Amino acid sequence: MTDTAIKAVAIGASAGAVQTLLRILPSLPARFPLPVLIVVHVPPDRDNALVALFADKCALAVKEAEDKEQAVGGTIYFAPSDYHLLVEADGFLALSMDEPVNHSRPAIDVLFESAADSYQSGLMGIVLTGANHDGAAGLRAVAQAGGQAIVENPATAETSAMPEAALAACPDARIRDVEGIVSILLELA
Amino acid sequence: MQGEVEDIELQLLLEALYQRYHYDFRHYARASIKRRALQARAQLGYSSISAMQEALLHDPSVVPRLLNYLTVQVSEMFRDPSYFRALREKVIPHLKTYPSLKVWVAGCSHGEELYSLSILFHEEGLGQRTIFYATDINPDALRAAEAGIYPAALIQKYTENHQKSGARSSLSDYYTADYGHAAFDKTLSRNVVFSDHSLVTDAVFAEMHLISCRNVLIYFDRDLQDRALGLFRDSLARRGFLGLGSKESLRFSKFAGAFEDFVREDKIYQKLER
Ligand SMILES: C[S@@+](CC[C@H](N)C(=O)[O-])C[C@H]1O[C@@H](n2cnc3c(N)ncnc32)[C@H](O)[C@@H]1O
Repeated sequence: MTDTAIKAVAIGASAGAVQTLLRILPSLPARFPLPVLIVVHVPPDRDNALVALFADKCALAVKEAEDKEQAVGGTIYFAPSDYHLLVEADGFLALSMDEPVNHSRPAIDVLFESAADSYQSGLMGIVLTGANHDGAAGLRAVAQAGGQAIVENPATAETSAMPEAALAACPDARIRDVEGIVSILLELA
Repeated sequence: MQGEVEDIELQLLLEALYQRYHYDFRHYARASIKRRALQARAQLGYSSISAMQEALLHDPSVVPRLLNYLTVQVSEMFRDPSYFRALREKVIPHLKTYPSLKVWVAGCSHGEELYSLSILFHEEGLGQRTIFYATDINPDALRAAEAGIYPAALIQKYTENHQKSGARSSLSDYYTADYGHAAFDKTLSRNVVFSDHSLVTDAVFAEMHLISCRNVLIYFDRDLQDRALGLFRDSLARRGFLGLGSKESLRFSKFAGAFEDFVREDKIYQKLER
């Protein structure tokens, strides 16, 4: 396993996402060389407040992902509310209004599956806290493409259902507490 | 490996659809068209994308079924109410100075956006002097748009959206509810021309004062977006208006210079004079 080969990090989180991400993202140093693509389940009508919330607290650039923009290192991209976020073959980002997947738009599976297709073994996928099973199929796709699959420890996650479902779908994923996830990310910096 | 084979199969499927039936999805944003082709394969019961491609080549009845997967029919009346409010407050005053108007709803899906605009134009007293062109490539969608019948369960959301757009009337003035459906008034579609038109393969057909094309370009790659935006520029009258979806913009387009921001936050542009 050569961490140096990782080209992008994809993160999915649902119930408990904000508290958990607040323990992870502000720890990343400004020199973090990879794009970080994040899907958080938020209600469709709520204008995505995540960017404003995290921009103040992170050393990395934080923005809402835009259609057809190139994902660059050192930047955290949040999927806009009510759109799926996908990665194209060349590492460009794409949005879509396709039907919700797992009752969610944006859906973690949509991001992970397309990102796995694009970055292949160069992707690290991380499934965090949540009360549904979105991200499970996506994480399996990450692992199948040769990427690194990481799941937040269900025993210590704010909500355990989503990490549990991800582990059931992807039993070989590494299980880590939030602190462990931070260390794995810092190794990439 | 598996993924690579699927990519080749997908390319061949899109090529077959184009060469045999002239539906051109070859330059749609790949990640999302791939998802939808895989979904079609699973739901239509083919063992592989290649098997679906073979069926498609030999059996034209597969085309409409496949189209219903490859095109995304997700829409809502007065979706993003602030867009419609901006049209009402900022664009309509300009349009009122014309004796007759042409409005193009490109990629109209089941007509949700069209009826929204038609109601808005009626409320603003422009209903009588406006011709709407509602176009799409999906024949089932066009038929549904012409019918203008929606599940009653959606009406509450549509009503809320309509109110937020600065409504001057009640949405219920425009439909009759029956057996779980709301049928929109035929007066709203009297001045509408519904037609099959592709932003990928078809040409300019009239001179427009407003083009509303929302959440269609998002499915195209950059080159195809440019093709469509060039078509819009050439279709617009002098100082005509273009409205896009809330996550679409001209930012990455080579035609960015042909337009200027009119209402920036609502993605409404005005064609520049040349
Ligand atoms: C997501 S829907 C958008 C509906 C509506 N404009 C809205 O924003 O609510 C996209 C629509 O674009 C249509 N479409 C896809 N490709 C097209 C093309 N090449 N030319 C015209 N319409 C197209 C699809 O059939 C579908 O009805």
